[in-house]
Amino acid sequence: MSSEAGQFWIMRDPLRCSGCRLCEVACSLHHEGTVWPEASRIRVYEPAPGVDVPHLCSQCDDYPCVKACNFDALRVDEKTAAVLVDPEKCTLCGACVVACPGRVPRIVPGKSHVLICDLCGGDPECVKACNRAGYNALTLVPRKPSPLHKLYADHPLETARRLAPHIFGERQVV
Amino acid sequence: MLGGYHGRLLEVDLTRQKTRVVELDEDVLRKYVGGRGLAVHLLYKELGDRWEQVDPLGPENPLLILAGPLTGFYPGIKVTISGKSPQSNGVVGSVVSSEIGLELRAAGYDGMVVRGASKDPVYILVDGDRVEIRGADEMWGLRATELISYINRKIYPELLKKSMAKGVPKEPAYIYIGPAGEARARTAAVMAKLAHAAGYGGYGAVMGAKRLKAVIVKGYGPLPRPAEPEKMQELMGKIWEKLIARHSFRQWGTAAGGYSTGYVSSSEPIRNWQEEWHDRRELGVQSIETLWAKRFWGDYGCPTTCMKISVVRRGPYKGSVTDAPDYELIAYVGTNLGIFDPEKVVYMSSLVDELGFDAINTGNLLGFVAELYEKGLLDSEMLGGVEPRWGDPDSFAKLLELIVERRGIGEVLAEGTYRAALRLSQTLGQDVTRYAVHVKGVAVGAHGVRSKLDYPQPHAYAASVQGGDHTSVATLPPDRDWGELWMVFADSAVICAFNAVDFDTMLAYYNAVTGAGLTRDEWFNQHSRRILALQRILLLLGGPDVYWDPRIHDDNPARFYEPLPSGPRKGMAASKGEVSEMLRKYYAELGWDEQGVPTREELERLGIGEAYRLVEKIRNRLGEK
Repeated sequence: MSSEAGQFWIMRDPLRCSGCRLCEVACSLHHEGTVWPEASRIRVYEPAPGVDVPHLCSQCDDYPCVKACNFDALRVDEKTAAVLVDPEKCTLCGACVVACPGRVPRIVPGKSHVLICDLCGGDPECVKACNRAGYNALTLVPRKPSPLHKLYADHPLETARRLAPHIFGERQVV
Repeated sequence: MLGGYHGRLLEVDLTRQKTRVVELDEDVLRKYVGGRGLAVHLLYKELGDRWEQVDPLGPENPLLILAGPLTGFYPGIKVTISGKSPQSNGVVGSVVSSEIGLELRAAGYDGMVVRGASKDPVYILVDGDRVEIRGADEMWGLRATELISYINRKIYPELLKKSMAKGVPKEPAYIYIGPAGEARARTAAVMAKLAHAAGYGGYGAVMGAKRLKAVIVKGYGPLPRPAEPEKMQELMGKIWEKLIARHSFRQWGTAAGGYSTGYVSSSEPIRNWQEEWHDRRELGVQSIETLWAKRFWGDYGCPTTCMKISVVRRGPYKGSVTDAPDYELIAYVGTNLGIFDPEKVVYMSSLVDELGFDAINTGNLLGFVAELYEKGLLDSEMLGGVEPRWGDPDSFAKLLELIVERRGIGEVLAEGTYRAALRLSQTLGQDVTRYAVHVKGVAVGAHGVRSKLDYPQPHAYAASVQGGDHTSVATLPPDRDWGELWMVFADSAVICAFNAVDFDTMLAYYNAVTGAGLTRDEWFNQHSRRILALQRILLLLGGPDVYWDPRIHDDNPARFYEPLPSGPRKGMAASKGEVSEMLRKYYAELGWDEQGVPTREELERLGIGEAYRLVEKIRNRLGEK
């Protein structure tokens, strides 16, 4: 499974997400060496029971976060197409968060730079954990330029509002 | 300090409207671990000398919300709710799957102690370093989904607003009570999410008595560092593999038990335990699974995802949403009430969840009432016009309404099966406690002992320090897997027993996180027995409204001595002789006397000789009889 450029995209399917958050555990163990949910680069939101929204960077074709950074702290990894953060240059100003259509970047107390998925250098731990457990809410697919990726950079609560009727019908819970 | 702990509890006093941080001693953590063990220690230290006078529903009884060292590390997430139980008048370690354990740990605490009581409804909000006691007038009276909706409309946006430049912090975790807890019903649960309940013990009533509607927690930090992170990660991978391989449990969760526990094991409560066998194929998992809007639903870090979400999409019960239902709910608000239609079971299950009732104790209570009605001991006039009939969910729903309103018979039923039976025996002038299927005020879980085809041994409930709790069962030998000494480990390290693997691997996990170097021998011969002995002492101290006499109450419910009327095990019943023989052996193995009272020698061996002063009080009371 490889694209011409050897790049991958994480396909995400909230309808298959169990809310188990193995992806978060794997992510924070890999990046932080311990269990740190809020510092995980992927989060699963569950504002109502069973309404589970995996939320992570979509690598938009036009990278609004990178453009918004005034400190040259963000760049696109040529190898993976992931957004990489330079911890030395990041000032935690939050411009990238505001620029992101899904508000995916995360600034967490205790971390000195913004957190954005780096695709683990091309072999994402979250996908492995999800596949290992057999849910396949996250799958790795060859990445080709597409405006559709950006549609997944969505506010997690917007996604949740669309998902909730699957379980709660017309009742407003989210 | 040991790894994997903050060594700090957050204490919130609702009477004085004050909060503070309590440091935990390393020696205490080594011996009592966390969760249930720590609850027993804290309650014994603080209230032991006046235990009998402490009203579980009074301000003096603290509500304990305790994580353990493995919370957030071991696959799955649990938290232990405890305090003096308004059901058993002892201590019940009541576990519930809730990310509140994870969020508390991410906020820098291993748990929370809620003291005192508020005059007006309140909720507690922990947002990172900030702790606030806030008015909950708008929340009071809300059912589960209404409360979830309220938190999403009013509280989560506030957290998001304050964090606007920080991206979107995940929603907070919370525990709460429904109208049942507000009414201080002794069968009320402390709820989480929608169908998650700390049911045994009746701690929903404790929260209600404190006028505490919810505890909402959002933490931002890492979990306290494990002693050996790499070792822990290696073990986590191994346990994931084992859990992922449990195909049928993952596929069907406990829901498969709705048919099999009746048909195969002859141990499922049917019509208040008048029967335990059925061949109702319509209750089989092949029909229940067609209601699932979600087949795999899990809590934090759980590869098993034994939960499923059922939705009724048509008919009179349209819109009902619940978990699978779990086996215990299929049994207790299904078969125990003569209900075998899966959609009706989902409706009943969603109703008890919405109202914040524990389905086990409440289904037990409703079955008890329906049997009294069936036998003509209660009539519809006494029941406020309700005619509880087997198989009719609407009549049971009306009884639940009377309970949450404490109206008419609801006032009596809010006391739970045992206490209601005591009061009705007086009103009716005849003993109806024989129809109450409980042990020490706690409903017996939906696994009977008569057929001898299910896991609980004949003395399992009779000797349990948590009464009818089907997760904390006495076994012979006592150090068996799934016995009480084993379960005290799961409930104290605070892991989900459904994700348990062999004890040595779990112990290695605990040691990788804490660095405590605990051995199997130390656990089974020292620590677990110390916790169990103290829990037993507090149970036997009891009071103030009811007390237990081991010669009378260390026993099965009367019903279990009636022969099974149907099924392949027809005619079988528990045997008094066998039960008392097993009790004797069990107590002897634990170093307790023939009445199950811990001996002075055993307490001294465990380094808690001073607890003998409480044993003398128990002896004096038993001697007076």
